[in-house]
Amino acid sequence: MRRPPNIIIPSIQRDRGRMSVGTHDERVRSVSVLSRLLGRPELGAAAGALLVVVFFALVAGGSGLFSAKGIVNFLEVSAQLGILAAAVSMLMIAGEFDLSIGSMIGFAGILIAIPTIAWGWPIWVSILLAFAVSMLVGYLNGLIVVKTGLPSFIVTLGSLFMLRGLTLGITRVITGRTQASGIHEYSAHDWIAPIFAGQVFQGPIRWLAEMGWIDKRPSDGLPIIQGIPVSILWWIGLTIVFTWILMRTRFGNWIFASGGDANAARNVGVPVARTKIILFMMTAASAALFATIQVLVTGSADTLRGNLKEFEAIIAVVIGGTLLTGGYGSAVGAMLGAFIFGFVQMGIFYTGIDTDWFKLFMGAMMVIAVLFNSYVRNHAMKSR
Amino acid sequence: MPPPAVELKDVSKYFGKVIALNNVTFDLRKGEVHCLLGDNGAGKSTLIKILSGVHVPDSGEILLEGRVVHFGSPKETLDRGIATVYQDLALVPLMSVARNFFLGREPLKRWGPFTQFDLDYANATAYRELNGMGIQLRDAEQPVGTLSGGERQCLAIARAIHFGAKVLILDEPTSALGVHQASVVLKLIAQARARGIGVIFISHNVHHAYAVGDRFTILKRGRSIGTYPKGGITRNELLNLMAGGKELVDLEKELAALGPASAA
Repeated sequence: MRRPPNIIIPSIQRDRGRMSVGTHDERVRSVSVLSRLLGRPELGAAAGALLVVVFFALVAGGSGLFSAKGIVNFLEVSAQLGILAAAVSMLMIAGEFDLSIGSMIGFAGILIAIPTIAWGWPIWVSILLAFAVSMLVGYLNGLIVVKTGLPSFIVTLGSLFMLRGLTLGITRVITGRTQASGIHEYSAHDWIAPIFAGQVFQGPIRWLAEMGWIDKRPSDGLPIIQGIPVSILWWIGLTIVFTWILMRTRFGNWIFASGGDANAARNVGVPVARTKIILFMMTAASAALFATIQVLVTGSADTLRGNLKEFEAIIAVVIGGTLLTGGYGSAVGAMLGAFIFGFVQMGIFYTGIDTDWFKLFMGAMMVIAVLFNSYVRNHAMKSR
Repeated sequence: MPPPAVELKDVSKYFGKVIALNNVTFDLRKGEVHCLLGDNGAGKSTLIKILSGVHVPDSGEILLEGRVVHFGSPKETLDRGIATVYQDLALVPLMSVARNFFLGREPLKRWGPFTQFDLDYANATAYRELNGMGIQLRDAEQPVGTLSGGERQCLAIARAIHFGAKVLILDEPTSALGVHQASVVLKLIAQARARGIGVIFISHNVHHAYAVGDRFTILKRGRSIGTYPKGGITRNELLNLMAGGKELVDLEKELAALGPASAA
């Protein structure tokens, strides 16, 4: 079912004044700001974000969640998931899933670690390799989906398992272990490290600390945070770029059409197959970016990294108002979904509630969000 | 007299043992509505698929403005100005009217070093074009899903006209519509004719066809049983030719024998 069932306007309203010729249609009423907002897919996620912020401000206001360190902590969690969710939202709007990104993260991480540590490659070359191979896998995922017509859920579920097995196998054969550490040694003086694992706005943070807005460490008087992790900029930057692509480019129009009705899109000349393959390559690239950031920040790679990230990204995207069947959604919504995810995870941690409860909360949140979003969407389509 | 916009000469098409079309001759002039009538299985679909480049005829010729042509693909026929509006309309319900109007042919503009989709132009143009054809829209940004069936049909036809169709093939454009909605679509067809566009109107509804048609060709079991100008045939004669008057009379008798309701 592509179209919500009850969006047909009552026929009396529809037909009134049908053939009257004039420049102004008397059926156009001025649409209120609220009604415009209701038409946006992000509304549910925005309301949800506000709700969880208020909730945790009440129950964990004094716990340090809202200190500079707490904010950076949850934003960093949100940012890493958000990088995935931004790309996944575009693919889901085009009507496809990519479950392989979870093991793609472990795979890309190992592709960075092994050549660097075992073969002495410069780390930027290893990173290039990780991106190239991941995107090749993304290309193959896409190619199989568009050529065979099989559901992408099944095709990428296959690659999820294959990539995890491949990563474990290769790593064990080459290194005898399933993880690699000590990468800081190689990345510390490389020019590429600050791009993925740096801290930005260190000056303004120091200034804010001088002004007393940010706490200082008692030991040395430096601000409690050095700066803003650069991953947060990646997250925001990608969301802006993807939003522009979706809303303001021809390719964006093709993405919506491919997910909304692939057959109709093909009939008017939209290259649906090419559009989908490019998006599979972009989700793969987002997994490689996630892996690069994690490897450079933590200094280690692990074959098991990225476990369940494929579903976390889908949860963030769905909370963000994107339709599971495609054709409708937004990257900003995915950003809000990722924000909720990171915020609640760290919020529960700061509150002192056992973090075991986190998944219960997120699962319930997603179901509620889907119900809310479909209600709002139906309402909005009717009211227009 | 100028050559017909498009013409089929003794065209046949076989699918394995089935003779889908048998020596059919058909022509369409500029600025006329030529109705193609026939029951299910008469060969209407095969005929329009040949005209729109989906099928290649097994024998016979296609002439475009007097010259023999061979259509390789639907894209090629579209480039030559023959646009087909199929029953599924090729519209995406969740997307706006303007985005659908320009889907696959998006207007672009420079934005710094980038090229972007000129949405302002798309919205204004879609609104203006549709209004100019008498299709009142609330707003070009409303999703196509909120339009009625008649409005969607009009949108698909208007899109084809805007992008320079010289020949318009409409596959059962009124079959799923109520009386009022069908009349809106019929008016749009008349407007297309007034612009000099040749319209092939496929239907099995004689009332709709007779209201707007200039000539009528009836297909039956893969053969053309004749082309008649509007002045040369009445609606009832058309109905009899199409459904087979004898079949209807037989059916009436059969039904009468079945139950008491016929006594009334």
